[in-house]
Amino acid sequence: MPTTLIQPEFKVEIDYDKCHKCGRCVQQCGWGVYSFNERPIPDDAKCRACHRCVTYCPARCITIRKNELAFRDNPHWNTGLRKAVWRQAESGGVMLTGMGNDKPYLNIFDHLVLDACQVTNPSIDPLREPMELRTYLGRKPDSVEVEPDGNGGYKLAEGAGVSNNIVLDAPIIFSPMSYGSVSLNVHKSLAMAAEHCGILMNTGEGGLHADLYPYADHVIVQVASGRFGVNPEYLNRGAAMEIKIGQGAKPGIGGHLPGEKIVSAVSETRMIPQGTDAISPAPHHDIYSIEDLRQLIYSLKEATGYKPVGVKIAAVHNVAAIASGIVRAGADYVYLDGFRGGTGAAPQIIRDHIGIPVEVAIAVVDQRLRDEGIRNQASIVAAGSIRSSADMAKAIALGADVVAIASAALMALGCHLCQGCHTGSCSWGITTQKPELTRRIDPEWGAERLTNLIHAWSHELQEILGALGVNAVESLRGSRERLRAIGLDEQTCNVLGVKPVGL
Amino acid sequence: MTYEPLLQRAPSTKLPTFPDREGVFGGERPSYTREAPFKIHGGCGLAGICDESGKMMSGETAILAMAVQRDRGNGLGGGYAGYGIYPEFPDHFCFHMMYHDVKAKEDAEAVFDRYFVVDLAEPMPTRPVKGISNAPLLWRYFLTPEPHQLEMTDMTAEDYVVHAVMRINSQVDGAYVASSGKNMGAFKGVGFPEEIGHYFILEEYEGHTWVGHNRFPTNTPGWWGGAHPFTLLDWSIVHNGEISSYGINSRYLEQFGYRCTLGTDTEVAAYLFDLMLRRHKLPLELACKALAPPLWSEIDRMPEEEREVMRSLRAVYGSAMLNGPFAIVLGFNGGMVALNDRIKLRPLVAARQGSVLMVASEESAIREVLDAPDRVWTPRAGEPVIARISGMDWPIHGDLRLPASEVSCAMSGVEDACDAVEVA
Ligand code: SF4
Ligand code: SF4
Ligand code: SF4
Repeated sequence: MPTTLIQPEFKVEIDYDKCHKCGRCVQQCGWGVYSFNERPIPDDAKCRACHRCVTYCPARCITIRKNELAFRDNPHWNTGLRKAVWRQAESGGVMLTGMGNDKPYLNIFDHLVLDACQVTNPSIDPLREPMELRTYLGRKPDSVEVEPDGNGGYKLAEGAGVSNNIVLDAPIIFSPMSYGSVSLNVHKSLAMAAEHCGILMNTGEGGLHADLYPYADHVIVQVASGRFGVNPEYLNRGAAMEIKIGQGAKPGIGGHLPGEKIVSAVSETRMIPQGTDAISPAPHHDIYSIEDLRQLIYSLKEATGYKPVGVKIAAVHNVAAIASGIVRAGADYVYLDGFRGGTGAAPQIIRDHIGIPVEVAIAVVDQRLRDEGIRNQASIVAAGSIRSSADMAKAIALGADVVAIASAALMALGCHLCQGCHTGSCSWGITTQKPELTRRIDPEWGAERLTNLIHAWSHELQEILGALGVNAVESLRGSRERLRAIGLDEQTCNVLGVKPVGL
Repeated sequence: MTYEPLLQRAPSTKLPTFPDREGVFGGERPSYTREAPFKIHGGCGLAGICDESGKMMSGETAILAMAVQRDRGNGLGGGYAGYGIYPEFPDHFCFHMMYHDVKAKEDAEAVFDRYFVVDLAEPMPTRPVKGISNAPLLWRYFLTPEPHQLEMTDMTAEDYVVHAVMRINSQVDGAYVASSGKNMGAFKGVGFPEEIGHYFILEEYEGHTWVGHNRFPTNTPGWWGGAHPFTLLDWSIVHNGEISSYGINSRYLEQFGYRCTLGTDTEVAAYLFDLMLRRHKLPLELACKALAPPLWSEIDRMPEEEREVMRSLRAVYGSAMLNGPFAIVLGFNGGMVALNDRIKLRPLVAARQGSVLMVASEESAIREVLDAPDRVWTPRAGEPVIARISGMDWPIHGDLRLPASEVSCAMSGVEDACDAVEVA
């Protein structure tokens, strides 16, 4: 019997006429595709198409192709489903995967278009005029209470104002990615870039390594169901705290970090033994209802002198009501993670079939909070596959205050979305703890590329605002009048609060 | 907040009860607003004049100021608001009404009869003027809230009136409230402003404050209610500009029960002033700063206390910022304020002659009305120009500690903050 019925997904082709026989490909591939016997010999079955070898081959003689084996057509039983059955018949296990939902669901962002000014109001040139992106993250009062300052001016009344908000230079932050799932060098790159850009990175649920303490003002520290690395010092090392209830890639289940990734430094930071699987429970075992969440929010605030606390949830059907409860429970921001959100390991069946698009989640949550008159009480952070500044602008127009990016950030560091994060062998040195791989990312280099990305998107957002004839991002936020839907059905338009093109 | 519906009629039953949000596409609309279902774009001319001594001026002054700026409009809308014009009814709310037909009048009057005590109802005095046609039925009512009803709703008289105005405008088909304040009134319609002024016989009214407007709509269906000023209670707004943030401004206001049914920027500006000044009790100067805020780079350089106030204003009222080119004049009982957008993309000139403060889109209007202005200047972007009538109650919270004379100077910053051109 063959050991497997599954044929390789990719073919690694080497043009041996050009090959220098230098062996670099052998050394670069994290998944051990190559062996070397006078020349590199690939084992196609192990290749994940991450293009590390292609990028580093000095002779440019490697090509990765799809292994286009013909199957008898059957759209109902597509190739992926057939392979899944064979794989599970072999393993008897849950299929794991990395990165976000790749199923071809309707992509709403791609069906929304933005407006521009013509004649009756001028567009604004961001090269010549100020164009403001500064954003305040956190709970705001409904009105500003002032009192006379005695000199003909005004000062804030006692306790009024927004001093507990976090000031962001652009409406964009990095999504949580835990130390352990990604390497320390990735965390350092994110933290340094967050500092350069005046934004925030997020520890994810794996604690905060001591090397990141200097960046505390630009770090959100996460508290997840496993409570890894959570102690009072950790909480106080962050500019804000975040309670993670759910994650877009795997709503309803907890994190799972295989023991191989729990190396010594990770084990110290997470406060768990080396080599054990780090499995966070699906729910928080002290949160069985909304009133429990409120207690945790206020416990965290008490422990830190009332720093802001956010709550991250996966976007699911009833997200509006859940978000409303979260805001009423005292959260300073609600983090909505759409079903395309990813990074990290997730069971494929959960990743591909649970949750709703973040576009819809933003629209219904923003509207619900407005209907209830509590929109000012919390910011909305939207994540789950924000791929470009256009997605960012559309998310903001739908009602998000801030977007968070993870996949795009990792791509800035070299990630090719090969979906191999759960293996711990990332050739790009991102989602791995193997020292020979993690050292592939120099934090300075990583921070520069991330900074470039944030700046590039910021400039593009400024261009969009200029075309819209506004010079501050708050005039785009929730301004759905500036969006139109193209090719969306009426129901979806209604849910989004967006008119179809032509109206 | 749950309110009794003021009136239920067949075509309106689909509307949710105030203050619920409307359906995404506006739902069922009353006939006036159905004529203008989209946001109306356009340019305009405006003027405002206030005698801070409280001396009365004839409406002729306002007509004069607008007639000079005739070229800023295209004959599709002109209007005025005058203050102090009904001294015989100083404590009554005066509703200036426009009716499409007699049925609309009966329906609106049913609302008045049930919820108000009407002490005088009469047709608006008008005279035939060449160029003015298709006028709706124009009536005015001097009324006060019915005390028992008012008590049941647990609202202030002002909130009660706002509620009634919103309800009539959105649910009584063919009826439109042109103004609803005390001792003031709006006179507006389709035509050039001087024609409208003469049509309403404005020269026979005496007011201490007047605002005027000339409209150049680009896609108007030409309905009378769409002309400026736009009013709510005592507030009247005339506006030249295009508010590019209309979408979020109107959604922001919906949270507070306002319903932006008219699709005009002006309506949004009026409600924002009402929200900030009357309901949130912000000082006028700060409300203006929230609508046309300084740049962050300017705020960062301010002294600490001021900086924290400005930061909070921007963070809290970000959705209220009027972004895009505009010049507006807000009139009220007690004074007037003129404001430009944050980077001054529309014209606004100010002048002072003795106790008279005047603003206009064009200096020509000022030269026509004031024979010897002491100073004429161009107010800076986002710097409000404020006139306050001495001896009158200042309806705006926050600066009551200052005598009137100081307020108008200190708050408008006339002496130092503006590019003054000394002329006298
Ligand atoms: S897994 Fe990546 S590095 Fe390895 S052979 Fe495939 S493309 Fe090259
Ligand atoms: S890296 Fe390129 S040139 Fe070097 S051995 Fe591999 S295929 Fe040949
Ligand atoms: S992080 Fe690494 S393993 Fe994960 S998808 Fe990207 S390249 Fe592949």
